[in-house]
Amino acid sequence: MTKKMDFEQSMARIDEIAAALERGDATLSESMALFQEGTALIGKCREELDKAQQQVVQLMRSADGTAEEAPFAVEE
Amino acid sequence: MTVTQVNELVKALLDGAAPLQNVHVQGELSNYKIYPSGHHYFTLKDGSSAIRCVMFASSAMRLRFRPENGMKVVAAGRVSVYPRDGAYQLYCSSLTVAGVGDLYVAYEQLKEKLLARGLFDEDHKKPLPRYPGRIAIVTSSAGAAIHDMIRILRRRYPIAKVILLPVRVQGTEAPGEIAEAIAYANEHHLADVLITGRGGGSIEDLWAFNDERVAYAIYDSEIPVISAVGHEPDVTIADFVADARASTPSNAAEIAVPDMAELLGRLAHQDGRMRQGLLGAAEARRQRLESAASRRVWQDSGALLQDKRLALDSVTARLEGAAQRSLQQKAQRLATLASAVDAMSPLKVLSRGYAIATDEREQTIRTASQLTEGDRVHLRFHSGGAVCRVESRED
Repeated sequence: MTKKMDFEQSMARIDEIAAALERGDATLSESMALFQEGTALIGKCREELDKAQQQVVQLMRSADGTAEEAPFAVEE
Repeated sequence: MTVTQVNELVKALLDGAAPLQNVHVQGELSNYKIYPSGHHYFTLKDGSSAIRCVMFASSAMRLRFRPENGMKVVAAGRVSVYPRDGAYQLYCSSLTVAGVGDLYVAYEQLKEKLLARGLFDEDHKKPLPRYPGRIAIVTSSAGAAIHDMIRILRRRYPIAKVILLPVRVQGTEAPGEIAEAIAYANEHHLADVLITGRGGGSIEDLWAFNDERVAYAIYDSEIPVISAVGHEPDVTIADFVADARASTPSNAAEIAVPDMAELLGRLAHQDGRMRQGLLGAAEARRQRLESAASRRVWQDSGALLQDKRLALDSVTARLEGAAQRSLQQKAQRLATLASAVDAMSPLKVLSRGYAIATDEREQTIRTASQLTEGDRVHLRFHSGGAVCRVESRED
């Protein structure tokens, strides 16, 4: 289980695991390993969604080609 | 009199005639020619007569559409003489399309041209990413559109980063700025998806999105582009070129990202599928074991068979027990991981400071007698774990 998976990869892997467990063709210990991996991924995805605070930046570019990220205040 | 004198005299007469100094002449374009000098020469005609016209480059530059023979136009200007040829003509300062309006014609012309060049081809359109990590928005930092978009992105999918590239969205500078910002986002790989657009306005206000430079910038973008210009009925050239068209900026935000509520629902569904799948797999194995154990051959009399049957019973029981225990253990560990999901989780216990000890075969240690000095023991805490070595045993 790599920790570097992005959200999209995690979702795809969860789909894969759920489908494999539904097919039930893996050995019991494989199934349990899959289940563990899947549950951990689900937890991670949920945590990401729950914790997320959207980052909004404004890219300020100067004539010399450099760019700088500045915060952008959103009107509620 | 010389020829020149005659022509000069006629010219003076015409130039002195007030009604000819500011005329608006309606007619049909014919014989339209653009010279390398940038001056435009054409004839304006109606059913019975014609007048030669010239439009100098300085005026022609301000044309908002491409004049074509046969078009009904209104030419504004003054009538005077070109002394060299002894011909009078209309010196045209502006040309507008009669009836439908210049912008409409310009729009239709550009649409036709870009269609022919393949800018609207479906084959060229890129799919939008399902879970974009970064969203670039090319629009004005003023105005309601950007705030509408960010509010919706925040509600639906707060894990994505939003990068605003502020540009002017109306006026003569707007198309260049929009096109440049789209190219910049690509050059610096700023985002997984890009939204460009603005809020509603008149056709003139939205005009930047009917510009050829913007069309090509969208077409050339490696980052999938969602166009979001004006309100539902407004359709710009940008909309035709973009990989996806949103009816409004808010709608673009909805198209760009998945909805978190839906995602959480999907995660819960997958969680259920996995649990069912695992239980089903265990159940199927138990049934197979039972059916094997109950076959007639095992039930025949005879000490040997009886022995074997007893042995099998005990194996069966052990297997069932092992599967059951193993399942329980796994379920516990899974619950730890999916703590947010399962309120009854042993994680709660661990969070109070307890730890679970397992041996090298990952068997939970329930009694000290399972251990001997020097054994390695794995401890799992509420957060993380540790490998320890047994120094002494206390029975």
